[in-house]
Amino acid sequence: MLGVSALTNAALTTWLHGLPGVDQVGCEARAAALGTRSVKTTAKAWAIDTAISMIDLTTLEGADTEGKVRSLCAKAARPDPLDPSTPHVAAVCVYNDMVGVAKDALAGTDIHVAAVATAFPSGRASLPVKLLDTSDAVAAGADEIDMVIDRGAFLSGRYRDVFDEIVAVKEACGEAHLKVILETGELVTYDNVRRASWLAMLAGADFIKTSTGKVQPAATLPVTLIMLEAVRDWRELTGEMVGVKPAGGIRTTKDAVKYLVMVSEVAGDDWLDPDWFRFGASSLLGDLQLQRQKLATGAYSGPDYVTID
Amino acid sequence: MTPKKFDYAPAPESRSVVSLQPSYGLFVNGEFVDGHGASFKSINPATEEPLAEVAAADASDVDAAVRAARTAYTRVWSRMPGSERAKYVYRIARIMQERARELAVLETLDNGKPIKESRDVDVPTAAAHFFYHAGWADKLEHAGLGPDPRSLGVAGQVIPWNFPLLMLAWKIAPALATGNTVVLKPAETTPLTALLFAEICQQADLPPGVVNIVTGAGDTGRALVEHDGVDKVAFTGSTEVGKAIARAVAGTRKRVTLELGGKAANIVFDDAPIDQAVEGVVNGIFFNQGHVCCAGSRLLVQESVADEVVRRLQRRMSTLRLGDPLDKNTDIGAINSAEQLDRIVELTAAGEADGGTRWSPPCELPDRGFWFAPTVFTDVSQTDRIATEEIFGPVLSVLTFRTPQEAVAKANNTPYGLSAGVWTEKGSRSLWMADQLRAGVVWANTFNRFDPTSPFGGYKESGYGREGGVHGLAAYLADGEGDL
Repeated sequence: MLGVSALTNAALTTWLHGLPGVDQVGCEARAAALGTRSVKTTAKAWAIDTAISMIDLTTLEGADTEGKVRSLCAKAARPDPLDPSTPHVAAVCVYNDMVGVAKDALAGTDIHVAAVATAFPSGRASLPVKLLDTSDAVAAGADEIDMVIDRGAFLSGRYRDVFDEIVAVKEACGEAHLKVILETGELVTYDNVRRASWLAMLAGADFIKTSTGKVQPAATLPVTLIMLEAVRDWRELTGEMVGVKPAGGIRTTKDAVKYLVMVSEVAGDDWLDPDWFRFGASSLLGDLQLQRQKLATGAYSGPDYVTID
Repeated sequence: MTPKKFDYAPAPESRSVVSLQPSYGLFVNGEFVDGHGASFKSINPATEEPLAEVAAADASDVDAAVRAARTAYTRVWSRMPGSERAKYVYRIARIMQERARELAVLETLDNGKPIKESRDVDVPTAAAHFFYHAGWADKLEHAGLGPDPRSLGVAGQVIPWNFPLLMLAWKIAPALATGNTVVLKPAETTPLTALLFAEICQQADLPPGVVNIVTGAGDTGRALVEHDGVDKVAFTGSTEVGKAIARAVAGTRKRVTLELGGKAANIVFDDAPIDQAVEGVVNGIFFNQGHVCCAGSRLLVQESVADEVVRRLQRRMSTLRLGDPLDKNTDIGAINSAEQLDRIVELTAAGEADGGTRWSPPCELPDRGFWFAPTVFTDVSQTDRIATEEIFGPVLSVLTFRTPQEAVAKANNTPYGLSAGVWTEKGSRSLWMADQLRAGVVWANTFNRFDPTSPFGGYKESGYGREGGVHGLAAYLADGEGDL
């Protein structure tokens, strides 16, 4: 479609700016309407378990320690020790230097280890540093790399630079899956979100992800709606599926269910799978567990009946 | 885990908030009284279950109601300061909000529309009309309609079955705020929320006779419209009945506003925000099962994007959920009556016979009740019946155009002129189109938005007069331009 050999910044700009616009009012109204679906009983139980299985359980603190990461991994593998029917999460997401620890702690499970590489969260480093960051994580055993795009380059219209960087990081990933973080809170407009989504997919992203979690606003329903439309349209155009990962600020079961409704009704049920949809979250799992216990027993327990990490 | 599919479990709204009485009388002079006509049943169109027995008003009942309204007008309501009237209208609005859930459930039972629409659109917008007009009651001399605008007297109002409570609000709120008293006839298939509204009037201590509700079919409506004691007739409904009313009042001193049929064009240009445009097309025609006089029943799409728009539209239609109107996840409810269903079936058959290509998403229709799957027709010509006649159902006709001039010409090429929609990212084009389109409302990058502050009404066979906003007040005031 876009021969890489002929790819200039001008060509890329023309193409991205030729995407249909997004009407802000209509987009937000649609997201709000999808958020009013009433998901009860068996549907709720299914949604809770599906959401748990899609979580990238995340700790991205300057204060992270081996102990903290091991503890998180234990929770990832067995969220509810009292109820072994609780599914495990999809992946644990950590900083680069913790990949080895996480890999070790998760040995024998099929839970993936995701690393945030490429000078996360700002992305302000030179390309060689970003590539080294990436290959370092892959060498330590990371199955998935969450990279950040250069928002400065994007906002100044240097789409080709963003594209090239994603291509280079993708190559450095080898077998590992590449999730491209758009940091939609810094892109601000929905038109930008749509263009950045297409740019990332053109460059070979396996997943497009909303946010680092370090910038507000992080994941929102309208932004995720735009991204789900983008992967849906991408599949229609190319036949390829790309995953979507909203990250940051999704804390409650109610919120997670709204996202699943959106996945189902916008992209389609094919995306209702941890291979194609993830939640980047650190505290969502606890609320999902509480709601799960409530459905099983008919009564709310309390925050002390789920582990904090 | 179960297979990958998000099946929403049933999420029905409870019926227990509504206490249906086995039978209802007329509401005349502040009290429920028996009617002298043959009573009739109101049924739930989703199940065909009878909901209640409703009294029918004959000419003598209508006469009693008009006389009650006249007495209330001369002795109480027209003498009351606007600031006092405002309190009553405001109180009605507050009670409607307090009883919103009850009104929404009853509306859905009686009409067949999805609870999410009665809950999120009908009832809140109806209450908003009372709030808005309460604010005008003591400020009429500032409305730009003359220094001392006067009320007209007794308003005879006849409303349709598609938005029973909302149309009641559109009629009663401005009439009361401007100092008129009313006799209102709801449609015979959907009288129940009007009768609940009568209870609300009692609860608000509205003086007896200010609001009267007479139930019944066409004969009752005719008796009301033709009654000598009526000063103003307001009608929303079919063009055919509207014409009969216009004939009946011609040569009398009665003021008339008519809000009639439509065959609105929803125009999508190739630079439109396409996902939102598709959403607007869906909202334009499938909202309220297409039982909307301003529904965007003709999709005019620029040829260069026609295939893509239709493809996206069909995919979106596949996610519409049809079924139990009381389920909070239902998008498409029941057709209001067997007669209406027959009409939709007849017109869609004509659409196929005229060479249109018919498409509906896979859709299981319930065994009982009146149902029609959301339907889109492509390969439609401007001359086909489905492109010219109002269907009043969930049926969309797709036509194409090549230039803005052609879009305008096709959009205006209809006996109606109630509404239109324009979808484009180019602001200058939206404004140019709005200027060219012969329609009472032109929506830009949206559709089916209603607000009490905005006048609503049509051109040509879509009627005359405006409802809502300052223009709507004029229709109930002697010194105003009542007949726009």
